[in-house]
Amino acid sequence: MENGIGRAIKLGVVLLVLLSLVLIGAVMLGAERLPLFDLSEQQRSILYDIRLPRILLGACVGASLAVAGAGLQSLLRNPLAEPYLLGVSNGAALGTMLAFVFFQSLEITRPLLAFAGAGLATVAVYRMAKSRAGMNVERLVLSGVIVTTFLSSVIVMLTTLLDAAKLRSFTFWLLGDLSQATVNGVYLSLGAVIIGTIILMSQARALNLMMVGERDAFDFGVEVGRVRVLVFGASSLVVGAAVAASGSVGYVGLIVPHLVRLTVGSDNRLVVPFSAVAGAIFVVFADTIARTAIAPRELPVGAVTALIGAPLFIYLLRRN
Amino acid sequence: MLEVKDISVGYGERAVLGGLSFELRDGETIVLLGANGAGKTTLIKALNATLPLTGGDIALDGESLTKISRREIARHIAVVAQENETRFPVTVLEFVLSGRFVHGNAFGWETVADVEFAERALTDCDLSGYETRLMNHLSGGERQRVVLARALATGAKILLLDEPTANLDLAHQAMMFRLVRERCRSCKASAVVITHDLNLAAEFADEIILLKDGRIAAKGTPIDVLTAENIKDVFGVDVLLDENPASGSVRVTSVF
Repeated sequence: MENGIGRAIKLGVVLLVLLSLVLIGAVMLGAERLPLFDLSEQQRSILYDIRLPRILLGACVGASLAVAGAGLQSLLRNPLAEPYLLGVSNGAALGTMLAFVFFQSLEITRPLLAFAGAGLATVAVYRMAKSRAGMNVERLVLSGVIVTTFLSSVIVMLTTLLDAAKLRSFTFWLLGDLSQATVNGVYLSLGAVIIGTIILMSQARALNLMMVGERDAFDFGVEVGRVRVLVFGASSLVVGAAVAASGSVGYVGLIVPHLVRLTVGSDNRLVVPFSAVAGAIFVVFADTIARTAIAPRELPVGAVTALIGAPLFIYLLRRN
Repeated sequence: MLEVKDISVGYGERAVLGGLSFELRDGETIVLLGANGAGKTTLIKALNATLPLTGGDIALDGESLTKISRREIARHIAVVAQENETRFPVTVLEFVLSGRFVHGNAFGWETVADVEFAERALTDCDLSGYETRLMNHLSGGERQRVVLARALATGAKILLLDEPTANLDLAHQAMMFRLVRERCRSCKASAVVITHDLNLAAEFADEIILLKDGRIAAKGTPIDVLTAENIKDVFGVDVLLDENPASGSVRVTSVF
């Protein structure tokens, strides 16, 4: 017990130090290098109008995807569950695209339809994966693949309605792109991630029982149906807001909770908040690489998270 | 006290239990015996309100289980089901502490009292020193004892155990039954235990219920229920009966 608390305190300190370093690095580095102090008028404008909203949005997106991954993995008793692999991100992407194509003047429809798309994709995967005998890894991953490929096809069909300029911007967004960050987008993502994380934290003790088995959880007093609705709802909310703002950024929800569990164990009261901070660090770090690797041109942040996440995932898979 | 009043349970059209009535009194250990498919696990699920009844009623201290919240039922009834495997790195202490779920609030952490409950349960189950070990690194028998420790840590007055000795060696089979019986006698708790071991049932049960095709074929003290006729009727095997020279309980030997 004391070892667990000791490890949790150490990880908390390490994450706060890392977050500070990554934020400072992200502020300073970019196509235009910025000093920390004595900024010119133009540099102030770059910092406050472009770079800071983008960094904060990246932090919110990272935290959102990581807490959603942590919650879904415990709920579905499967360390492979992740918004991107389960098709939840694609559901949100399709919702965003529908808003983009059909309600372009109504910006608020993007997060709303993204939330609805994420929720519907989650429920579809859950229903397909669950059989009378329960839910196994193969069924879950297969259901996720089916939903993801189906939604991808619909998205591709919808892209035929876009003109060339919009198509390029949309393709970039689809791969995960933080370059369109706005202050409103930051507020929306921040609000969603705060609400979503609080909901998931409130279910953390129940999730500790759920990750052993639904029957177990029910026997020990967990209202299983209510927890399921709250966790699916919170995950859809945060993923919807994240995808509407930045497209599909993969692997964050898979890798981050896994690494956190390796350090502090499986108690969701620690895993959820630590995943939020670690997810923020991961995406801000990846976006700094995306902005600077081939500056002044940029890479989509989703490509960078996948480049880091995929080999790490293979390593973890082989290790276990 | 748990009163079972003429209950019926079914899966869809198929009736699994019918017309069952009995009482589980404070301090009492009831052992459920029966062939595979007789309805033993279904009865445990019904007693825990996991399965809806198609007829009759089950009352906990006079109040119907249908009128009590899931959380409140879990405060009074703890289940030891056949163990689950988890893919997450859960330590033994974390697992046992999760049994204290209904005693805390949503955002809360376990209290010193919760940890004391858990550590006492671990000691009772011969698991001292296992606290920081991971569940998925334990043997089947060790995990089964941890599952019992979690049920004991709840502090519930009614224990429902579904084949708790399935993975255990001889010494730990006896330990588990002794522990359950002592808990029942010292804390005025009560238990319903499923087993296939007729001799363990004879040794530790206050009352045995023999189930056949979802109905009670016989009910009473071990000496009354474990007769050659009843065993032949329910299991279809011939047995020899005598007295265990050490304990004086009835001893059952199969004739092959």
